[in-house]
Amino acid sequence: MNIAPARGSRILLAAIPFFLIVMVYIIGSAERRAANPDDKLLPPVSEMASTTKRLATEPDRRSGDYVLWTDTAASLQRLALGLAISTLTGLAFGLTVGLLPVAGASFGTIVAVVSMIPPMAILPILFIVFGLGELSKVMLIIIGVAPCLIRDMSIEVQNLPREQLIKAQTLGASTWQVAIRVVLPQIMPKLIKSVRLMLGPAFLFLISAEAIAADVGLGYRIFLVRRYLSMDVILPYVAWITLLAFVLDLLLGLFARKAFPWAYVEEPR
Amino acid sequence: MSALSFRNVWVEYGSQIVLERVNIEIASGTFLSVVGPSGAGKSTFLRLILGQERPSQGAVLLDGEPFPAEPGPDRGIVFQRYSVFPHLTVLGNVLVGYEFEQRPVTARLLGAARRQAIEKSEAMIEGVGLAEHRDKYPSALSGGMQQRLAIAQALARRPRVLLLDEPFGALDPGTRTQMHALIKPLWRDLKMTIVMVTHDIKEAFGLATRLIALDRPRRDPQAQERYGANITYDLDLTREGAVPVLGFLKPSAGIG
Repeated sequence: MNIAPARGSRILLAAIPFFLIVMVYIIGSAERRAANPDDKLLPPVSEMASTTKRLATEPDRRSGDYVLWTDTAASLQRLALGLAISTLTGLAFGLTVGLLPVAGASFGTIVAVVSMIPPMAILPILFIVFGLGELSKVMLIIIGVAPCLIRDMSIEVQNLPREQLIKAQTLGASTWQVAIRVVLPQIMPKLIKSVRLMLGPAFLFLISAEAIAADVGLGYRIFLVRRYLSMDVILPYVAWITLLAFVLDLLLGLFARKAFPWAYVEEPR
Repeated sequence: MSALSFRNVWVEYGSQIVLERVNIEIASGTFLSVVGPSGAGKSTFLRLILGQERPSQGAVLLDGEPFPAEPGPDRGIVFQRYSVFPHLTVLGNVLVGYEFEQRPVTARLLGAARRQAIEKSEAMIEGVGLAEHRDKYPSALSGGMQQRLAIAQALARRPRVLLLDEPFGALDPGTRTQMHALIKPLWRDLKMTIVMVTHDIKEAFGLATRLIALDRPRRDPQAQERYGANITYDLDLTREGAVPVLGFLKPSAGIG
């Protein structure tokens, strides 16, 4: 408990599990290839690298697209739209529901109930109502993410010390002024924290929607090549999606620290 | 002017009576200490003046006028904790009062108006001795400095009444003495009425010009909550010598 690694050894320690997983994979892949040269389950790293290179740098024979990049762009666009709209909705509604008792009484329960609807269960409804285009995929992300954010934010607003709201009023602030100068800046770091936690679910909804009905996208590609057991495509795609999510999470975290230094003053690094 | 009067005030929560028949005239410029055991309605007394609570019966008047039942800029407050905004710097915490006042929609000042407000804020910050900390966030300040900031912030809008809710309760004795030395001249210069709730009897006697004790004069052992608290002592601290006891309705304490 009292032995803490220094910076250098911390990086080394963090690398060990990754290294072990890669080693296990390489050994397993070599074993299977030795037993069966046509094995598709654990393709060697060299094969995955050449497939990835082909997908990223050579135009597709049929469509002429650089598949990896068009998939990534399509997926990220859906994700960004869905998350941006969810975040704005979560912030605006969460703040209102949390700050105004009348809004809390009117909408608090419905938000709590709606956030319990499993979004995947209403995916067919979305496809029926919004068609098979981009809208239904973005809607799935919004329906999955926004209610949770609204709830999170309203709870955060209610957790603000009551003294602060009263103090602001004794300084002459109106409800609107309290909302924009006292409550909003204080829940922004918490909003980013919640959005970071919702990245996982957002990707889940995105990939599910793409798997069922799409003609481009990371999830679409994985489920398309699944029919041919193309693990040499699936595995790099999974790694790529993981990397994208990880980098997004990292960027949001860095942004929060930069933009709201006061919220991180006491936190040891 | 800022005289407060409680006219036959009762506060009840359901069957529980917190305050009953409270009558007091607090003259303008009084420094009033409120003491009493826990649960005797000291905080309720303060919240009535703040406008956070309404009396069940009777009225609380500021200069003979009833005031809106919500906190407003004519009554400033310093709480024991959470009084300053953690997301604003020392300067921002004081400045925000002026921004609330002058910009109803954006609540942000720009240009010349901002420079003017910054000047006023800096004077307030200087007054409480935080000049060299003006760009720090409250989390980087000690407890005593945070309370000083809270006082500067509360005084920025020149409230007619300043309410102190155990403002120095969480501070160590040395810092507390410094705070006493700070608050007394501020009160004298700004000529406002101060109502301070405290648990520290020495502080209550040392700072105030008048002291009241709240307690339940009658008790029913079967139903403790059926009798509310009232003012059991009302002392004038302005005179020399032994502390004389005021009549319950005699508003005589002036600026000391």
